[in-house]
Amino acid sequence: MSKVLVVTSGKGGVGKTTTTAALGAALAQRGDKVVVVDFDVGLRNLDLVMGAERRVVFDLINVVQGVAKLPQALIRDKRLENLWLLPASQTRDKDALTEQGVGNVIADLRSRFDWVICDSPAGIERGASMAMRYADEAVIVTNPEVSSVRDSDRIIGMLDSKTVRAEKGERVTKHILITRYDSSRASRGEMLSIDDILEILATPLLGIIPESQDVLKASNVGTPVTLANTDGAPARAYIDAAKRLCGETVAMHIPAERRGLMDRLLRRRAA
Amino acid sequence: MEAAVKPQRQMVRLRGRSYVAFVFVPTVPIQDWLLEIDATIARSPGFFVGRPVVVDLSSVDLSQSGISHLLTSLQDRNIRVLGIEGVEEARLTPAMPPLLTGGRHCVVEPNAPKKAETKQTKQPTSLLLETPVRSGQTVIFPEGDITILGSVGSGAEVVAGGSIHVYGALRGRAMAGVNGHTSARIYCQKIEAELLAIDGFYQTADDIDAALRGKPAQAWLQGNTMRITALN
Repeated sequence: MSKVLVVTSGKGGVGKTTTTAALGAALAQRGDKVVVVDFDVGLRNLDLVMGAERRVVFDLINVVQGVAKLPQALIRDKRLENLWLLPASQTRDKDALTEQGVGNVIADLRSRFDWVICDSPAGIERGASMAMRYADEAVIVTNPEVSSVRDSDRIIGMLDSKTVRAEKGERVTKHILITRYDSSRASRGEMLSIDDILEILATPLLGIIPESQDVLKASNVGTPVTLANTDGAPARAYIDAAKRLCGETVAMHIPAERRGLMDRLLRRRAA
Repeated sequence: MEAAVKPQRQMVRLRGRSYVAFVFVPTVPIQDWLLEIDATIARSPGFFVGRPVVVDLSSVDLSQSGISHLLTSLQDRNIRVLGIEGVEEARLTPAMPPLLTGGRHCVVEPNAPKKAETKQTKQPTSLLLETPVRSGQTVIFPEGDITILGSVGSGAEVVAGGSIHVYGALRGRAMAGVNGHTSARIYCQKIEAELLAIDGFYQTADDIDAALRGKPAQAWLQGNTMRITALN
């Protein structure tokens, strides 16, 4: 049974693309056949984070418009054989996405993969609404700050009204993923607490990803963070989140960075 | 088949029926009067569309060519003239609309059949929402009260003709009594509102007493001032 999952947020820069790559790789490592689809037409990034930017020939828009066949545009990951990427076009814009065309591509992907993970662009315009249009489940990526939480609230409203499922009277299963969580800052009251976020959004929590240098490092070398450093706090948090997506019950805890004495001393001096 | 069809003579039936028409009374100078008409059209385009119009020439003295010029000017503005009043028949050409007499005064009602609505089954006077109102969503219910089992997100808007009841946190805007219903109130379990309004009188988040924030509260109108107090 295949599932279409949209990773969305409303606000930009909260970690949608990182999350798409990390969850995609974590699910593929469990043995599921996964495709990650970049909907950020014109500002594509997922190919970079997946380390596949040199192998892009055809893209989503070519497939939507019928210029290329789906297998021509799909790029297989070099590390995991059941992880695939459908890149976005960098030269076009989001108006090239038609509802009918996207619907056909999603239906085709559904028949080939266990998980179709759509990486939504920021905003609430055409790109974002097309990415969520055919979703069965949604991961709403939120940072612990008021602007991000309010934008997420707006996106949840759209998921409940503008998706095919909502129009049929069904529900899109929604999950909150809190990223860039810094437990030391949260304990000093400089961030919204987890409880506050969940109270405002009234949606179940999928996981808490700590703020970490690992994420940036992994992006820069073009590796999903769940493949780069599997022992790191963010990787463990993403792997737990992937398990919860598959229906497993995993105890929720806020993963702390394992830091050496030297790191701690240096960090204090820098602060 | 026994009866053959007899060719029968069709009777011409004549029936009387009266219509309500707009009566235009042009005044001199005609040019200024036309400008006035243009201004009306500019304010509400389509105002004269499909409305019968009669021109009353009793207050001006126009020659045949003058009348014809006036009619073309009106036609250019998409106003179709049904008939002419207040002028001798001799001044009209056969191509012009016919001369009318005996018009009676009446009141023009914009939307005539209102009675049918009241006869229908009674509209519900309250609206119940069982899900939270999310940021960016607007709920408008001018007919009466709104009850929300959940929160109203920051950036959401709830507009009611009657009172608003929120069984959750109110973080967005709530406007009660929008149709001039001064006894409407706003109730919520947790007040963190951006704006509260009753019948046009409003308070923003800054005006709301900080000691009340996050507590159950109600807002109501006392004369021309809005009062917000803790519930219970």
